[in-house]
Amino acid sequence: MIGALLAAPTALVTDNWWDIRDLSNLSGAILDLIEDAGGPGWLTYVVGALLGTLGIVSFIGGVAIINIWIERRVVGRMQSRLGPNRVGPFGLLQPVADAIKLMQKEVLQPRVADGLVFTVAPIAFTVPGIALLAVIPWGRNMVLADLDVGIVFLFAMSSLAALAVFIGGYGSNNKYALFGSMRVIAMLVTYEIPIVLSLLGVVMFAGSMNLNQIVLFQADNWLFLIMLQPLAFLIYFLSSSAELNRTPADLAEAESEIAGGYHVEYSGMKFGLYYAAELINAVAVSTIIATVFLGGWWLYKIDEIVPGWMIVIGKIYAVYFVFIWTRGTLPRFRIDQLLAFAWKWMTPMAIINILLVAGEVVLWEETGWSAGLLLPLYIAINGAMTAVLIVAWVRVMAPKFQRYPDRPRMYDGIDVPSLPAPASIGPTAPGAAPARRATV
Amino acid sequence: MIDDAGIVVAFWILSATTVICALMVAAARNLIHAVLFLALTFVGVAGIYIVLSADFVAVVQVLIYAGAVGVLMTFAIMLTPGADRLNSSTVFQAPALVLSALVLAVIVFVALDTEWAISDRQAFSATARSLGEAFLKPYIVPFEVASVLLAAAMIGAIVLSREEPEDERAA
Repeated sequence: MIGALLAAPTALVTDNWWDIRDLSNLSGAILDLIEDAGGPGWLTYVVGALLGTLGIVSFIGGVAIINIWIERRVVGRMQSRLGPNRVGPFGLLQPVADAIKLMQKEVLQPRVADGLVFTVAPIAFTVPGIALLAVIPWGRNMVLADLDVGIVFLFAMSSLAALAVFIGGYGSNNKYALFGSMRVIAMLVTYEIPIVLSLLGVVMFAGSMNLNQIVLFQADNWLFLIMLQPLAFLIYFLSSSAELNRTPADLAEAESEIAGGYHVEYSGMKFGLYYAAELINAVAVSTIIATVFLGGWWLYKIDEIVPGWMIVIGKIYAVYFVFIWTRGTLPRFRIDQLLAFAWKWMTPMAIINILLVAGEVVLWEETGWSAGLLLPLYIAINGAMTAVLIVAWVRVMAPKFQRYPDRPRMYDGIDVPSLPAPASIGPTAPGAAPARRATV
Repeated sequence: MIDDAGIVVAFWILSATTVICALMVAAARNLIHAVLFLALTFVGVAGIYIVLSADFVAVVQVLIYAGAVGVLMTFAIMLTPGADRLNSSTVFQAPALVLSALVLAVIVFVALDTEWAISDRQAFSATARSLGEAFLKPYIVPFEVASVLLAAAMIGAIVLSREEPEDERAA
């Protein structure tokens, strides 16, 4: 149930309340104190929920501040720049300065904007990303809401973001904002399908939708689910970076085309909230990947020495680094490329992956062979299938490379003015340049 | 487990929110505002499901209704040419009032007339296995019928929105 902070002692840590290696000790002690004092049941429940929420919100607050610096420094390093390095040592105080600047700015609101909707949108965009972290297990007993349907809860929260972005664009009463939010919705609706299908494979292997059970499955079988499900991991990673609106897929805020997208009219701390929400969502997705594919608080024998929540945070930053890496190196997709990528590549691959997993799980359950024999076999099979599928799909589906496209890709009705013949490129004479159809 | 007082308070807060939002759906002049209130109503109903320990239904309610249906309705409104006219210009006000009064009367009658038995059964455990078995054993026919219905709706949408190719239009 939501709010049930478990307080059972573990083998690793003492159950003294001051033992910060498992923070559920502290909250458990507080809750026991209330119960011993004869407090009513609902008070325990409310205090438990508040304590867990306080932990998550303070974690998120710190992360949102620090990650601005990390992201700018790492991207700077990748692009041979310095990044912020003036404010404080190594530029560490730059996010603080940014926050002060944002808070001082006037919060402008267009006269024709839809006032209430305009104000609610950034809040509605931020809340699901934080709420999503409630079901993440931070340690063996450290989970705020031990939901049996944890994975579906994650989908539900990420689907709420679509409506929030839409009302932001609609409430601004600005063409570019509406374009931006329409692009976000198209992407969110499209990429929801591969995301759900890829995590379905994980759920089938683990046999549970409870995130703590998924971590325990990995701990019991001494492996990370990324080994069993490399294809699902790739699909989830690529789809979620599209859903996060990060650089390979940030055409919702494509500055050069639509002037910043859905938050073009926002300023001051309302814009700051959008900016923070993007960082929060990136951390939330990194957390999901760290928990579902990389074993969460479990790390072979190391989780007996190091507290679980530190392992989780370490894994979150390992995944987050890869997100920054893709952001720093990849150019932006075009909208039709991005949507075609989801429908023609991700979704079929995810369905093939699910068929494969279903066969493997049925074989495992029906024959009753030992996991020690079958799982290494499955790791080999799934790894090979991932490589074969990706190579085969590229061979079959990839469009031929065209330096000069002979037809407009997006829409057939547009008149494309014929380009001048490419005289300077290639050894052919100007007259022998390949003929291109101007209109279709 | 949770104390009774907490459940009651949560139930009343959620019910009040849900009912007020549902009233605002009817009262709001702006259709987009009506859809947003509808999404809030869905979230409130999901909260009531949580109070009833039906976690899976609650989460699916948020996923499908507040997430997907809300977005679908905003798109439907934006694609409808006359969406920005006021509700007051319709001629169906009186019949609509009569119909909604009848629906309300039927629901109130059913609610008062039914003997609400309290079940001793434990809450349905929404694990992946039990959900899968429920879908594919006792409820296989509704499950398949729903998927056929959705496929038919999808084909219909494609037929409606597909543009005729140029050469067919000329012929």
